[in-house]
Amino acid sequence: MTTEQQNALPHGLPIPAPSVDGLGAEFWDATRRHELLVQRCNDCRNWQWGPEHICHHCHSWDLAYEPVEPTGAIYSWERVWHPVHPALVNALPYMVVLVELPQAGNVRMVGNLVGQDPEIPIEIGQNVEAVFEDHDEDGKGYTLVQWMLSEKV
Amino acid sequence: MSERTIRGKTAIVGIGETTYYKHGQTPDPEFKMGLEAVLLAAEDAGIDVREIDGFASYSNERSTPERIATALGIPHYGFSNMFWGGGGGGGSGAVANAAAAVAAGYAEVVVAYRSLAQGQFSRFGQGAQTSHVTGEMAFSAPYGLMSPAQRFAMRVQRFMHDHGVKQEALRAISLTSYAHAQNNPRAVMHGRDLTDEIYDNSRWIVEPFHLFDCCMENDGAAAVIVTSAERARTLKQKPAYILAAAQGSFLRQGSWAHNAPDYATSNFKTVAPKLFEMAGIGPKDVDVLQSYENFTGCVLISMVEHGFCEPDECNDFFTIENFRAPDGILPLNTSGGNLAECYMHGLELITEAVRQIRGTSPNQVSDVEISMVTSGPMVQPVSSMILATEPV
Repeated sequence: MTTEQQNALPHGLPIPAPSVDGLGAEFWDATRRHELLVQRCNDCRNWQWGPEHICHHCHSWDLAYEPVEPTGAIYSWERVWHPVHPALVNALPYMVVLVELPQAGNVRMVGNLVGQDPEIPIEIGQNVEAVFEDHDEDGKGYTLVQWMLSEKV
Repeated sequence: MSERTIRGKTAIVGIGETTYYKHGQTPDPEFKMGLEAVLLAAEDAGIDVREIDGFASYSNERSTPERIATALGIPHYGFSNMFWGGGGGGGSGAVANAAAAVAAGYAEVVVAYRSLAQGQFSRFGQGAQTSHVTGEMAFSAPYGLMSPAQRFAMRVQRFMHDHGVKQEALRAISLTSYAHAQNNPRAVMHGRDLTDEIYDNSRWIVEPFHLFDCCMENDGAAAVIVTSAERARTLKQKPAYILAAAQGSFLRQGSWAHNAPDYATSNFKTVAPKLFEMAGIGPKDVDVLQSYENFTGCVLISMVEHGFCEPDECNDFFTIENFRAPDGILPLNTSGGNLAECYMHGLELITEAVRQIRGTSPNQVSDVEISMVTSGPMVQPVSSMILATEPV
């Protein structure tokens, strides 16, 4: 499968789904359109992530999901060498990055670093851009938000 | 006088532990091991187990008070309590809740306990094996960030970056636990010495954690008996008075997808000051420390946040010489702890802290007056506790 080869990690990992109470649904729907949304308060304009039912800053219930530029900087990272899931046994090592989004109140997102050998050293602070990774192999499609060093894009 | 504190009002008077096994190796069911630990703790205290009238545990303990009380024919209990949160964050917290129950008069003899047979139910080190994930895990598991090691390595990496901490600082924590385990026949890693070379050559689990930076997964059970200071003085063991305990978390530490505003923390920043304030002492007064090792980097941050070392001085402070009993400046994890004695979710650290008060540790520190425990760094909430030879 050509799509498999482009993915950061092999097929078989758990599929993301909104919470039973609906939290996160708008975010995941937007990723299908290759848009990055972050929750923002319509009253105090505070950004927050992950999604909540209430603004943690002013306690308003009036929250929206606002599109943000899909770029950021590496806040932390880890290179994984031990598989904790059967799907990962032949995918080692792989890189997980925590990306900070200054344009959205410095909220952070977890993703994989794609576009380069995972054994190449990286630095905290390097700029990255989002790469929307479509998965349609499971009937109900979903899209993961991955990250690539800006210099590679 | 009604000072609102548990300071010195209670003591740990009995400790009990089953044999400790590698995961999957126990011949006994988890619940049976829990019963054995409770019985042993009561016997150690010289208290009839039927006198237990309170139960406290943590981390969604499966051996429930009702099942234990039924199995042991306990005529009445007046306190049952579960510390919220996963991991070992509630170890000291469960003892603190036991102490609070005694101080408040809910119960006279409370057992704080943990039973754990990894593999009979599930294992902590495995990721989610479900087809779909929701909630917090939806934002990390599809990216292969699933296990506790992976969750905490991300925070530790940032802390090491911010403060220039070298791998050797983590290594010192691991080598200390293994060295102490060599004098402890109960330790699962008794007879398995660890050297710099073995550590350095060990495989990565997730950077910055080598294999030996990670706790084991084990089978066993442990329990401690808490009663009033007055009663403690009449019992057969030297009391380990509970001088202080504290638990909690702080601003948005439970944020999904690693969004805690203060990120590179073990979550003790607001807990530690309350602990020392209640105890009326400072970190320099601590004679011996049991600091929960889920992963070495988490020990490092929790020790910094309890004030044992400045964050930028870790490379100098975290040495095996400083941590070795009996002569190090701060003997650490003197039974071998979660890394090398047994991962009994940190309850084995509490029994060891009691032994240091009694003078019966396999790596006894001389003239111990203050014996401290920190429980479950990085999770939310966390807890820590200070024991003392005297109640004031």
